[in-house]
Amino acid sequence: MPTLAIVSVLIFSLQKLLPGDAATALAGEEGDSAVVAAIRTKYHLDRPVAVQYGIWIGKVLRGDFGESLRSRIPVAELIASKLPVTLELATCSMLVALALGVPAGVLSATRQGRPLDLAANFVALSGLSVPHFWLGIMLILLFAVQLGWLPASGYVAPWDDLGRNLTTILLPSVVLGTGVAGVMMRHARSAMLQTLGADYVRTARAKSVPERLVVLKHALRNALIPVITLGAIEFGRLLSGAVLTEQIFAIPGFGKLLVDGVFNRDYAVVQAVVLVSAICYLLLNLLADILYFLADPRLRS
Amino acid sequence: MTDARALRKFVRRPMVVAAAGIVGAFLLVALAAPQLAPFDPVAPNLLAMRKPPSAVHRLGTDEVGRDVLSRLIWGARASLLAGVIPVSVAVAVSIPLGLLSGYTGGWLDGVIMRVTDAMLSIPFLIVAIALAAFLGPSLTNAMLAIGIAALPTFLRLARGTVLAIKTEDYVEAARALGCSRPRVAARHILPNMLPPLLVQSSITVAAAIIAEASLSFLGLGQQPPAPSWGSMLNAAQRYLSQAPWMALYPGLAIFCIVMAVNVLGDGLRDALDPRQQ
Repeated sequence: MPTLAIVSVLIFSLQKLLPGDAATALAGEEGDSAVVAAIRTKYHLDRPVAVQYGIWIGKVLRGDFGESLRSRIPVAELIASKLPVTLELATCSMLVALALGVPAGVLSATRQGRPLDLAANFVALSGLSVPHFWLGIMLILLFAVQLGWLPASGYVAPWDDLGRNLTTILLPSVVLGTGVAGVMMRHARSAMLQTLGADYVRTARAKSVPERLVVLKHALRNALIPVITLGAIEFGRLLSGAVLTEQIFAIPGFGKLLVDGVFNRDYAVVQAVVLVSAICYLLLNLLADILYFLADPRLRS
Repeated sequence: MTDARALRKFVRRPMVVAAAGIVGAFLLVALAAPQLAPFDPVAPNLLAMRKPPSAVHRLGTDEVGRDVLSRLIWGARASLLAGVIPVSVAVAVSIPLGLLSGYTGGWLDGVIMRVTDAMLSIPFLIVAIALAAFLGPSLTNAMLAIGIAALPTFLRLARGTVLAIKTEDYVEAARALGCSRPRVAARHILPNMLPPLLVQSSITVAAAIIAEASLSFLGLGQQPPAPSWGSMLNAAQRYLSQAPWMALYPGLAIFCIVMAVNVLGDGLRDALDPRQQ
């Protein structure tokens, strides 16, 4: 909670970074002095900064982020309509990341130092290094422009048409998922290496438990604990990775809301998006702690 | 651990040496851009719009007939500047603040911890985008935004390292021998803070290069017509079916340099991490 309070102060002070007078900036190029004065009174810009913050945070706590300068829609409503889209994208990306990253990490740990391990490491590092928005453009080029298998951009809500929803969300999820898959693979690999070297694994092998069971039951189950925690934290990073991915695939989500807010000089929207992303991140961290607690029986007793 | 041993460990891995070579090559290209670029990177040529790669224009031309190769070469400058400068500034700021915060503690320590906690709860790219939006679009502001977004990680790392070092026996011994606190900080703590900061720097340079490309892609970084790999990709997206070469090469360039910096970072970590000895 104290963290969130400081976040809110930082986000509030963002608008003080605007070059020149805030009221003039909000009024835009055609704003005359009467308009500027009206804006100054409306947004309490004539009051001391601390009072301005008090007014702003008071409204935010009641769920009032103001209204979008462009569309005149309350910002809270905009966020409520865009956030589910991004959550769907982030969830699908996480599924891609888990499906690719964990098996690759396990395989590579069981063949440490062998060609497969080196190749998997190289691929994971590539996944970490590739700029997602470029990967997105390249996949659009291949699957939409050249092959015509998938739509290049756009979004259909799952409750409108589930099949088309999945085709529109597939490429963006792969794009976002690959980067996280790289992180997942590296963590799964090092966690597996640790558990494979543990005493209980040696004991299991000594009583001739089949190697498959040793790897999957004894080693993997324990190695998954750090991977689960990491997954919750990486989920928060997916929300920020979604910004560019949504831009490229024209998905009307949270990230696109941020970018549109930036271009329309819709600062209330920008502030709200940043605040909500911080809240999501803190909640996910809490979730990671809870998962850690649930996954590790030593902490429960 | 001696520096020579770390260096030997570092150069024994062919991947790491290759990565160092790639980073060096990119630096050379950025420095020698005026000599290397075959064409003017900003002058439009309406007679050669969106021409595919040929003997004259090795990587083709863009939507107003500018040579893609020349823009790629000049774009290396924006990318490397945005990779190196924000990170250097963040390191330079975090060393004294981290020393003060970790070694002397007190109210400053409390303030730094709370503010970095808050900043770390907002994802890196979102901090950078929000800052760049409020500061106004330019390459300098993008670098400033990246630097501020990167700062909390370095501050926390510097402080944590100082806390770990200050309980070491050699620091206590130096104090017992009568060294003043500033002298202990400068002679005994500071040199030992550098390896972890160096490793973190290499990771962050990679992230900063991608962040600059992302900001420029969104139009919040390098302003047209000045070339940047990110803004080249932005333009390329509109001509994807007619001129795919416009999209291919800038992305490949970002990918190569980021990958090389990441490999270098892994190599540094393995060479400098005492736990690996």
